[in-house]
Amino acid sequence: MSEYWVGYLSLIFKGAVVTVEITLMGCALALVMAFVAGLGRLSSVRPVRWLATAYIEFFRGTSIFVQLFWAYFVLPLLGVPLSPLQAAVLALGLNVGAYAAEVVRGAIVAVPKPQYEACTALNLTRFQELRHVIVPQAFVMMLPTFGNNAIELLKGTAVVSLISLADMTFQAQVVRVQTGSTAMPFFTILVLYYLMSSVIGYAMRRLEDRVTRGLDMTRN
Amino acid sequence: MEWDWAFAFEILPTLGKGIVVTIQATLAGSVLAMVVGLGLAIARRVKNRWIAMPASFFVSFVRGTPLLVQLYFLFYILPDIGILLSPLTAGIVGLGLHYATYTAEVYRAGIDNLPRGQWEAAKAVNLSTRATWQHIIIPQAIPPMIPALANYLVAMFKETPLLAAITVLELMNQARSIANYHYKYVEPMTMVGVFFLLVSIPSVIFLRYLERRFSTVSQ
Repeated sequence: MSEYWVGYLSLIFKGAVVTVEITLMGCALALVMAFVAGLGRLSSVRPVRWLATAYIEFFRGTSIFVQLFWAYFVLPLLGVPLSPLQAAVLALGLNVGAYAAEVVRGAIVAVPKPQYEACTALNLTRFQELRHVIVPQAFVMMLPTFGNNAIELLKGTAVVSLISLADMTFQAQVVRVQTGSTAMPFFTILVLYYLMSSVIGYAMRRLEDRVTRGLDMTRN
Repeated sequence: MEWDWAFAFEILPTLGKGIVVTIQATLAGSVLAMVVGLGLAIARRVKNRWIAMPASFFVSFVRGTPLLVQLYFLFYILPDIGILLSPLTAGIVGLGLHYATYTAEVYRAGIDNLPRGQWEAAKAVNLSTRATWQHIIIPQAIPPMIPALANYLVAMFKETPLLAAITVLELMNQARSIANYHYKYVEPMTMVGVFFLLVSIPSVIFLRYLERRFSTVSQ
C-alpha cells in the first residue's frame, strides 16, 4: 500500500516541478511587461500611452482562465500555433504583467517631485534620470506588491491543468482518477501550494530588507 | 479563419443562459464573501488566541492556494464526508470563502485605520462596547472600505469561469460545450472575452468614481 503512495507522491512532485517552472517563466515575462507597460503609460508620446493603457485594461478586464483558453484554442486558428506551455507562460505573464504595470506606474509617480527637478538641474537625459535616480527609488516601493503579484501568478498556474499541461493540479487529478482517493492528492497539493507561496513571501521580504538597507535616511 | 456572424447570433441565447448562472454565482458569492469576511475580521481581533490564530491561519492559507484547487477540494471531498452540494452551490461556497479572506483584510484595514482618538473618545464618554461599534467605529470605517470591497467583487466576477471546472454550466462552460460540439472555437471563446470586458471596463470606471467619492483604504 505505502509503495503506491510513494509512486503517486512522486507524480505530484513531478507536477510541482512543472508548476515552479511555469511560475518562474511567467514571472520573468510579467516583470518585463510590467516595466514596458508601466513606463509606457507615463510616456509623453500619446499612441504609446494609449497602447499601454489598452493592454493593461484588456488583460485586467478578463480572468486568466478566459485568456488562457483564448490563447490556446483561438490563436492557433488565427495562425499562431502555441504549445500548451507557450500558451500558459504567455497568458500568465501578460495577465500578471498588466497588474504589475500599474504597480510600476504608481511607484514611479510616487517618487517625490524634487528628485525629478534635481535630475533636470543636473541636465540628465530622460533615460539617465530613470535608470540612475527614479527607478532605483521606485523599485523599493514596488517590491511588496510584486511579491503579491508573484503569489497571484503561482495561484494562476493551477488553471493550466485545464489545457492538459501536467502541472501539480493536473497530476493531483490523475492520482484522484487512478486511486479514487480525493482527500490525499488535493490536500497534498494545497499544502505544497501554500509552502510555495510562503517561500515567495519570505524571499520577497528578504529582498526588501536587502534593497532598503542604507535607505533609512533617504526615505520620507 | 473567418468570423461567422450567423453562428455568433445563433449561439447567443445559449451563452445568455450561461450569463444568468454567472451572475447568480457572483451575487451569491459576494454576499457570502462580505458576511464571512466580516466574521473572519472580527475573529482575528478577538483576544482569545485559540480563535484569533486559527482565523489568521485560515486567511493566509486560503490566500496562498489556488481557487481552482479549493473548488476541486470542495467539489470532490465534501460528498465523501456526506455533504452533498450541487456544483453551483459548491462553486458559490468556494468563491465566497476565497474572497472572504480578501474582504477580511479590507475590514481589518478599515477598522485599523481609524484614529486611536476615536476609541479613546468613545471610552471617555462612557459608551458601551456595542454603542462604540454601532455609533462610532462602523459608520466611520465603512465608507473608505467601499471601493476596495467593490474591487474584490469585480475580481470575483472575473473568476467565475473557474466554476466550469467543477461542471457548473456558467458562461465559460456553455461556450466550451458549444465550441466542442460545433468544433468552432473563435466565436464562442471571443464572445466570452468580450462579455467580460463589456462588464469589467465600465466597472473599472465606476470603481474610479467610488475611489474619488470615498477615500481609499490602504491595503
